[in-house]
Amino acid sequence: MNELRTILGDVVTRLFTDLVTKELLESSETAWPDALWRAVEENGLTLPLLPEAKGGAGGSWGDAFVVARAAGRHAVPLPIVETIVGSWLLSGAGLDVPSGPLTIAPVHRDERLRLTRAGGGWRLSGSAARVPWGRAAEHVVVVAEGDGSTMVALAARGAAEVTHDQNLAREPRDTLAFESAPVIAAAPAGRGVPARAVWLYGALARSAQMAGGLDYLLRQASQYATERRQFGKPIGSFQVIQQNLAVLAGHTAAAGTAAANAFRAADRGDAAFEIAVAKVRVGEAAGIGAQIAHQVHGAIGFTYEHALQFATRRLWSWRAEFGGEGDWAAELGRSVAERGADALWPQLTAR
Amino acid sequence: MQTFRFELGELPPAAEALRAEVRAFLRAELGDASPVRRAHSWGGFDREFSKKMGARGWIAMTWPKRYGGHERSALERYVVLEEMLAAGAPVSAHWIADRQSGPLLLRFGTETQRQKFLPAIARGELSFAIGMSEPDSGSDLASLRTRAERVPGGYRVNGTKVWTSNAHLADYMIATLRTSHDPAKKHEGLTQFLVDTKLPGITMSPIIDLAGSHHFNMVVFEDAFVPEDMRVGEEGAGWKQVTTELAFERSGPERYLSSFALLLELIREVSKDPGERAAATVGRLVAHLATLRQMSLSVALMLEAGENPNLEAAVVKDVGTTFEQEVPEVVHALLGIEPTIDSGSDLQQVLGFLMQRAPSFSLRGGTREILRGIIARGLGLR
Repeated sequence: MNELRTILGDVVTRLFTDLVTKELLESSETAWPDALWRAVEENGLTLPLLPEAKGGAGGSWGDAFVVARAAGRHAVPLPIVETIVGSWLLSGAGLDVPSGPLTIAPVHRDERLRLTRAGGGWRLSGSAARVPWGRAAEHVVVVAEGDGSTMVALAARGAAEVTHDQNLAREPRDTLAFESAPVIAAAPAGRGVPARAVWLYGALARSAQMAGGLDYLLRQASQYATERRQFGKPIGSFQVIQQNLAVLAGHTAAAGTAAANAFRAADRGDAAFEIAVAKVRVGEAAGIGAQIAHQVHGAIGFTYEHALQFATRRLWSWRAEFGGEGDWAAELGRSVAERGADALWPQLTAR
Repeated sequence: MQTFRFELGELPPAAEALRAEVRAFLRAELGDASPVRRAHSWGGFDREFSKKMGARGWIAMTWPKRYGGHERSALERYVVLEEMLAAGAPVSAHWIADRQSGPLLLRFGTETQRQKFLPAIARGELSFAIGMSEPDSGSDLASLRTRAERVPGGYRVNGTKVWTSNAHLADYMIATLRTSHDPAKKHEGLTQFLVDTKLPGITMSPIIDLAGSHHFNMVVFEDAFVPEDMRVGEEGAGWKQVTTELAFERSGPERYLSSFALLLELIREVSKDPGERAAATVGRLVAHLATLRQMSLSVALMLEAGENPNLEAAVVKDVGTTFEQEVPEVVHALLGIEPTIDSGSDLQQVLGFLMQRAPSFSLRGGTREILRGIIARGLGLR
């Protein structure tokens, strides 16, 4: 890891450690944590991919990975990764990026929004379900079909009718309905940005957050096993607990590697293969990891009182958002089958 | 807590150039090898093949030239290893010597030992076996009892080694033996020796594995004389050396590619008409494989950087062997075909071979439980 990225990692970790407390996580389940958002934005963590001339950090997906993983590790209740992906889409299309939290839509593979020309501008129609932070984001970045090509559009939250919903972690997952709604700006998507970019890069972002969530689980469960005593000694001194935590360590290591590799591929260009690999591998790790962490914690970890659930409820939702393991594994398997068995090893070693 | 690190890295252009060369060699050498032949992976023993590897400079790649090595990077070596394994090349005759016996001699051997053995290993002419396990000493290796007593000019050896893979084919064995007997200091009484497998006083008998194959041996020492100059390192330094050796043994790509041949046959089968369930099954296995390769490569990069990734190597071996063992299970669950020995399709035969081989994956080179103990220590639990 380069030195700048190490510094970035230290900055985000310090900020999240200070501000994302248990009290904040609790209160943010019912109210938008505005002060936290402002601190994150002021520290320049929401725009790592934007050129410096546009107020960003001039960085790479590799830098975004550091932020997204840390956000996952601390269960940060903000649309940081949505803002990162949204601003990247806008910037790639040559559009200005507004300040404030962004979200991205549509998040389902089969959902389509439509852009139609109206006068000198564009109008947006269609409905997008389970949009992350839909009610809280000030703007929505949409990838949609317009005039037969893939467009990126920026709409104000007010342009949509918002129906509230939430995920297991009580993070907003709202339905946004656009009825020939005006957009602030629209332009053809940047080069190499596919029609399903939101789905693809959303999965990329969730894989990093989940890898961070697993980092937290491993640290927290290992720590707890050295503190909690039964039969006169720390439970971590029992081999069966050690073995389970070693399994958690293996999944955590695999998740971190798969996610990092997908972000590296995103910096190179076409990352569809690596993103699919990451969403499958990290999602599986999340399920197993949550199970082990809870088992080690016993009954206390099953309470709202204990902070473990802020991570595990997120992992259970994040692994399904932007496509679960089954969806992505089938896509990956079809592409592998299409290329044929003998193409697999050359493909693996070429990346 | 920064218990382990898996940083991504890039293979240098020289390593990638080498890859093309290795693939061309393997195409020429293995062109028509059957899938079940390839499934033997690093189990295949073929001295002629090893000599060809030596002639190409693909053994002892990182060793100093003065010992017959080629002074290439650990990453170039990694590329050769992973290409050999992915192709199922019969590398067993030089694998152990290249991976651990040679590096052990480089680090702890005398100058005379290095001059005598390393160039011959590099040429692919000398095959080594590992003499660690005994009837009563498996995971508890430090309890081993085969003793080497000092006699004029050397040591007299008595005792029994078991599970010694390919000892009947190997020229030498690196044997870890007991040279002192204080029960309170069992780790301190171990010493390593270079043992000529043809020495008088050594009797070998085959131990046939569950599939009817002969890899394992029981090696009985009865007053076998090992000359003093065949001791490796100081007397009593054996435990430290053996743990170094095990770290070499655990860090390579052979710990996740053992079932690769079966995955390929599965893909061949599924490619004909990939339904949703079959596609998802293949995709999931590929996701695991692709991730393991990055983890394994990360360990190689740490080795190249002079770091000591023992913990990371244990993680890769644990996760990797779990994957290797899962592949036959997944093929069974998806297709329900019968595993066979020498009838039916290639897929059935490869399944039959690997189903029977798979239990060994999490035993050899340190059991899963021992590795997880190492990982738990890294987590601060012990």
